[in-house]
Amino acid sequence: MVVSLLIALARSFAPHGDAPVDAPVDFARDVQPLLSDRCFKCHGPDEAARKAGLRLDSREAALAPAKSGNVAVVPGDVAASELVARITDANPRKRMPPASSGKELSDAERATIVRWIEQGAKWAGHWAWEAPLAAPLSDVRDAAWCREPLDRFVLARLEHEGLAPSVETDPITLLRRVTLALTGLPPTLDEVDAFVADTSRDAYERVVERLLASPHYGERMALAWLDAARYADSNGFQQDGDTYQWVWRDWLVRALNEDVPQDRLATRLLAGDLLPAATALERLDQQVASGLQRCALLNGEGGAIAEEQRNVLVFDRVDVFATTFLGLTAACAQCHDHKYDPITQRDYYSLFAFWNQVPESGVPPGDGQYRIADPWIQAGTPEQHERLAALETAAREADAAVAAALADPAVANAKSEWDARQREAFAQVELGPWDASTPFVEKSFDAAYDFAAGPDTNRERVAVGIAPAEWIPRPDLVDGVVHPLAGDNTAFFFRRAFHVAAPTTLGLHFGSDDALRVRLDGRLVLERKVTRGAAADQERVQVELRAGAHELVLQIVNRGGPGGFWFEARPAAAPPELTPTLTDALARQASARAERDAMRESLPRVMVMSDAQPRATHVLARGNYEAPLDPVDAAPPAFLPPLPADAPRDRLGLAQWLVAPENPLFARVLVNRAWQQFFGSGLVKTAENLGLQGEAPSHPDLLDWLAVELRTTHGWSMKALHHAIVTSATFRQSSRVDGERGAQLLARDPENRLLARGPRQRLPAMMLRDVALAASGLLVPTIGGKPVYPYQPADIWDGLAITKERDFAYPLSSGTDLWRRSLYTFWRRTVAPGNMFDASARQTCKLRSPVTSTPLHALTLLNDPTWVEAARALAQVALQERQKQLDSNGRQGQQQPQVALRLADLDAPLTLAFRRVVARAPDADELALLRRTVERARASFTADRAAAARLLAVGASPRDATLDATFDAVDHAALTVACLMVLNLDEAQTCE
Amino acid sequence: MRVTRRAFLQQSGAGVGLAALHSLLQQEGRCADRNVGPIRTPHFAPKAKRVVVLWQGGAPSHVDLFDPKPGLEALRGSELPESVRSRARLSTMTSAQGRYPILPAIRPFQRYGECGMELSTLLPHTGAIADRLCLVRSLHTEAVNHAPGVTLWMSGSQIPGRPSFGAWTVYGLGSLSSNLPAFVVMTSSDVDKTCGQLFFDHYWGSGFLPSKHQGVRLRAEGDPVLYLADPPGITRELKRGALDDLAALNAKHLAEFGDPEIDTRIAQYELAFKMQASVPELLDLAGEPENVLALYGNDVHREGSFARNCLLARRLLERGVRFVQLMHAGWDQHQNLATQLEVQCRDTDQPSAALVQDLAQRGLLEDTIVLWGGEFGRTVFVQGDVNRRDAHGRDHLGSCFSMWMAGGGFRPGHVHGASDDFAYHPASDPVHVHDLQATLLQQLGFDHTKLTFRHQGRDFRLTDVHGEVVKGIVA
Repeated sequence: MVVSLLIALARSFAPHGDAPVDAPVDFARDVQPLLSDRCFKCHGPDEAARKAGLRLDSREAALAPAKSGNVAVVPGDVAASELVARITDANPRKRMPPASSGKELSDAERATIVRWIEQGAKWAGHWAWEAPLAAPLSDVRDAAWCREPLDRFVLARLEHEGLAPSVETDPITLLRRVTLALTGLPPTLDEVDAFVADTSRDAYERVVERLLASPHYGERMALAWLDAARYADSNGFQQDGDTYQWVWRDWLVRALNEDVPQDRLATRLLAGDLLPAATALERLDQQVASGLQRCALLNGEGGAIAEEQRNVLVFDRVDVFATTFLGLTAACAQCHDHKYDPITQRDYYSLFAFWNQVPESGVPPGDGQYRIADPWIQAGTPEQHERLAALETAAREADAAVAAALADPAVANAKSEWDARQREAFAQVELGPWDASTPFVEKSFDAAYDFAAGPDTNRERVAVGIAPAEWIPRPDLVDGVVHPLAGDNTAFFFRRAFHVAAPTTLGLHFGSDDALRVRLDGRLVLERKVTRGAAADQERVQVELRAGAHELVLQIVNRGGPGGFWFEARPAAAPPELTPTLTDALARQASARAERDAMRESLPRVMVMSDAQPRATHVLARGNYEAPLDPVDAAPPAFLPPLPADAPRDRLGLAQWLVAPENPLFARVLVNRAWQQFFGSGLVKTAENLGLQGEAPSHPDLLDWLAVELRTTHGWSMKALHHAIVTSATFRQSSRVDGERGAQLLARDPENRLLARGPRQRLPAMMLRDVALAASGLLVPTIGGKPVYPYQPADIWDGLAITKERDFAYPLSSGTDLWRRSLYTFWRRTVAPGNMFDASARQTCKLRSPVTSTPLHALTLLNDPTWVEAARALAQVALQERQKQLDSNGRQGQQQPQVALRLADLDAPLTLAFRRVVARAPDADELALLRRTVERARASFTADRAAAARLLAVGASPRDATLDATFDAVDHAALTVACLMVLNLDEAQTCE
Repeated sequence: MRVTRRAFLQQSGAGVGLAALHSLLQQEGRCADRNVGPIRTPHFAPKAKRVVVLWQGGAPSHVDLFDPKPGLEALRGSELPESVRSRARLSTMTSAQGRYPILPAIRPFQRYGECGMELSTLLPHTGAIADRLCLVRSLHTEAVNHAPGVTLWMSGSQIPGRPSFGAWTVYGLGSLSSNLPAFVVMTSSDVDKTCGQLFFDHYWGSGFLPSKHQGVRLRAEGDPVLYLADPPGITRELKRGALDDLAALNAKHLAEFGDPEIDTRIAQYELAFKMQASVPELLDLAGEPENVLALYGNDVHREGSFARNCLLARRLLERGVRFVQLMHAGWDQHQNLATQLEVQCRDTDQPSAALVQDLAQRGLLEDTIVLWGGEFGRTVFVQGDVNRRDAHGRDHLGSCFSMWMAGGGFRPGHVHGASDDFAYHPASDPVHVHDLQATLLQQLGFDHTKLTFRHQGRDFRLTDVHGEVVKGIVA
């Protein structure tokens, strides 16, 4: 009989290697992933895609009759369970899942399902949807091994698997590992020596404290955030305009260094702009934090459809939020209910609504090097804001000086007489109503601005002398009010006829968003190419008018987002030459205002969030912005806890919801990513997906325990979590896999998910460069600031240079900017730095970057001037050290003849260089090999001394010429080659 | 004292040579798989092993080059019917244009080859290989702007971040060459730089696939491959010796540490050394006979030209490079159709045809797919003033365009699909970009629904959730 055969089959496959065949099947670990991966596509949460009315993502549904009347799962009754019949059907065409899906079950997998039903079909909700509870610490046999509570969970699993942990790694390896892990830099030799010499019990503890307090900690921890934030220093796409988002990057580094608790950090990143602030500076700081959500790709391509692009931006923000803060992949639900996780399309657009209120057009406006899209703020350091405040005061004082000058009765009288005359004349001015042209949409801000004055005579005609029929009367545009205008890169023209009875001086006052140009009777009288919001009286010009008819043509050019203009005609403010005092005061007033405005414009313009443009949100059919369906309100996904009752329905409320204890995901996501950073793989390997298609946690109790600890004991302090991890016995294990035990361990657990050994990871390219700079002494450790342009091939941006709109030559930095940490390297979104291999492309949110090994990486580390210069500098440091030794060996004061380094002399500099890179000293065999490299190189350079000179000329750092007094340049070059090999050691590239 | 490798290894107690050490480690399962062959089993017997994409960035005008509509002459200057126009999205460069006057093809068409394929007389060389071409006139895409259009074509999605077609191909098929990258990209642009199309590295990126699958750009200036040249003053011999020492140091560490990643690193350093010789050899055209150079035209002598890149593409394919992507920019004629269309045809027509012929005469065309086209088509209506011939242009059109394929099992001498009377919408056998991608993957031996990579819990593929194999275009 079929069923008994099945049961026999079931018994022949145990779920885990040596577990007894009757061992209980674990639904969450063994069955749910199968149902999700193989069945949910057609029998899961997506109602539209569901076949045969069968649903296997909930117990209720699976135990209820399907459309056919059959019941898929009858607990304990294999024969009555239709699911079993269907997955074991002898007819391959009827068997589920269909062969065409490529999702067929293996015999063992079928057996697991059969055994699960046989055992009563125990069901559990997906682990990640339930808030974590602190599990009791696991019982272990070897409790003495454990240093931190977390070790208990790791050891319990190892003991269960019959594995023993690895021995603790040696102190030097441990110090290098923890220093790289927490600061991204190698330990200095002094730090190594001090740690080795320190025999006190808390020596390691104190090292960890020191590293957590280092200002380089924040830089290290920011790296993963930058990938998650798809951070770049330019917008991407065609014009790839630069941005000032580095202000956000600096904010992030500072916040990580200050260990801002994760609940507050997340709130600021998500909703800093919505938080109350006590001071203007605090408000600015919080707004900058929200810049995370504005680090996205922006498409400024001519002809881009703004609303389409705007929707893409909102999709992207939902993706960053779901992936980074929830570990959920929501994007599927853009077009249909999620196939695996219980996120409906409605849920998706309810999330979408949180980000749908931004006053943005969707395309970055403008031209030139920087392209900043609304909304943005003028950031800047407190010092810069102080300076601005000073200039604002100066401008006010200049205004006061004008007022004071007018306090002189003679001056005031003269002026008031003059004013009276002007008023009289002004009363004679007959201003007609405005006429407006149709807007002229151009490819760029510049093009729109140059519209009237451009070389194209065809356009000149249009702009300056639009035929009367093409003007539309706009009597509604009254004076003294800001009139909004809409359209990016658009020129708007306004015309006004007026008449004066007698010769008159007239003051014309304007406000504009953005640029404006004013022509009177065809003559240009004012132009100002700025980007700003429109306000009253931003510009003024005084014009002399003859009696008769005149025509005023106003051109307003909007860069992007909302535009607008303001106008008033007034009697002339002051006669040109009334009194020297007044004239002088007026001049000073003008210059003070100009200085203030220039300062305002020099401040970085950071794109931040704002909810200033409420929009109704609809479900979009297949994600198409042109196909709205039902309206939805902002809300978190329905399968997760609801918004707290008193929370506002905006991003601030969402942040409160995120950090609430009921939220099952946030703390786990943080813990998991921290674990990934230290061990190479998270406790859930799919850090971006804790949903049903994600991988099950290797240590579920540990994940939950740490998540609860983070929220409670640690008070959301990431430094406390990092402290617990790096001081654990788990972290301190040796990463060796040598010998028979190592071979077995590798075969059993190649990815080290069981943690029977310490982590061994190739460093990310950014850190590889930092290690080379630090080891060679070139590193300039300044924190923060504008991005820099270290060595890159001169033509790295050539692919972009075909645009004529701006110069895309690589602006190589000079001086100290060449040796800053890689974090500060300018990241052009369209062309990543050439030596940053395996990096995220910074286009979409990325939480994991697979580490690969290709010949191109080898070429980079062997030939890029960054590493060659570092090798030269490292050799120089080693020689300087050797020189000091020679000097202290009693040769001071004597002029020594230049001597070739003898072989014996090489050991000290080689050892020093080696230690600066990998911390440990080379052994005799390694020294012998390195000496051989030096000897080979010496032979080569002795035969061609010019070649040595060429090698020593690589890089902009000056060479210490005093070395020539002791050492032959050939020796420096030869040692450089050996140092280059040291930087290329596998060990140098690895945190082991 | 000179320390030899043997001496070192004896000293260090291993007593075996590097090769022996390697084989020992291999037995222990600690050596990385160095196999350069296929890494995924194809689903069908592949018709093609290699691909060369001749990308025509900026979008060539199908109206003027590939899709003859003699009936339009009578309608010159008259309005494109609203019913035709309103069904397709336009870019904002013309969506607010008040008038949409029809501009017929600016040059005559002619029948070419035994198959009688109608092509513009601006493409005589392409015409000469018409019997080898499979021309599709009914392609369509959602994109109306360049970057999203190219991104959709290259990665199956308008939003950057997914693996490129080339990355998928080498992910699926692996490499055929042990000393050149599996996926190589070269770029060129129109001489006058009128086009302004940019080449973003995500056009050949690996997205969420491991980055070893991304395209390697072969550059016309500076190092052909980034950091290929040895540092100043370091000779090949010196490098060789230093790398031997480095390998010995790493091997020693491997013996002590046991991590197979170390072995992979040793192997990659060897490959890098080999590449430093194989790339210059590849670029050295001295051995190319005069008649072959002549086939590609005079421009082949200009570094960085499309013609030069076509010849290099053949050399790459010959040497086992799996996927060659040539990206040419020059076709975005919004207001210079009258002058630039002819210039672009001059620069690309002959070398494109030459590459097809050259591959054919070497027996490589059979299992190499050659693909020619851009991100979308152009409007039949004029952008700008219809009365000003020197300023004639056409805007982007996603709803209909043409592309041709040759070799790799595509039906030669065949025209697939047809457009409506205005070359504005497909009238029969519409082919979406995803459909063509599905067909290309099929020719490479893959069911496009099964060549997947799990990322964020979902099995992603080149064709997203779309695409149907186009049966009519493959032999």
